[in-house]
Amino acid sequence: MADNPQRPLATSRPLSPHMTIYRWPVTMMTSITHRLTGVGLSVGAVILAWWLVCISNGPEGWQSFHAVADTPVGLVVLFGLTWSLVYHFLNGIRHLAWDLGYGFDKQVAERNSMIIFALSIIGALAVFAAAWTGHGGYLQ
Amino acid sequence: MSTAQTPLHKVQGMGSSHSGTGHFWHERVTAVALIPLSLWFSYVMLGLVGTSEVTALQVLAHPWNALLMGAFVCFTLWHTYLGLQVVVDDYIDTAGAKIFLLLLIRFSVIATGATCLFAIVRIAAL
Repeated sequence: MADNPQRPLATSRPLSPHMTIYRWPVTMMTSITHRLTGVGLSVGAVILAWWLVCISNGPEGWQSFHAVADTPVGLVVLFGLTWSLVYHFLNGIRHLAWDLGYGFDKQVAERNSMIIFALSIIGALAVFAAAWTGHGGYLQ
Repeated sequence: MSTAQTPLHKVQGMGSSHSGTGHFWHERVTAVALIPLSLWFSYVMLGLVGTSEVTALQVLAHPWNALLMGAFVCFTLWHTYLGLQVVVDDYIDTAGAKIFLLLLIRFSVIATGATCLFAIVRIAAL
């Protein structure tokens, strides 16, 4: 023992949380998801610019956008952006509530995290369900 | 003089962060503005699903919609810049890479915004 100063004196002492074996609390998941959806929506902003330019280019532009957007990959990206927007919107409102001092209680924060995850998935599915069942396109 | 700080820097009380609560506050203001704008944006996007380019042109050429889309784009990209800046601040440690990435993000956001606004004006003028 004396020849190895790095060896711990007692193995039963508490260790700091190592990230690889640390059980992630749901509030940690909502925090990193907020950041990831934010970065994803940054890419979405560039897609929005492309969409607006396509529309300003008339019929050929519209078709050039849909040639990409209507593919399976395009739809997956659009669904990802829809879910990201719903999630970032809902969790962003929670951030504003936190700024006002509400919702910091441990049990409340964990419950709200689950509610936001569930509502964001339901919301994104509802948007796509509405589009596929012909409830979109009401501005025609 | 026992400190390297200028009297101005001292009186501003900002230390090594070089700034105060401006970033935090702008992030919140743009977030609040984006609550109604995102709801309007979602309403318009779902309302255009399955329609033609004629409908999209007519809807976006309407003055109110053109203004709201312009506002949505500006607040979204401003909020985007502030958010991505925090990501860079958190994960990038070397000063050179940090300055490069922050400038890249800033230029990208401005280019995206300028493109959006030009397209919105072009649609409204068609």
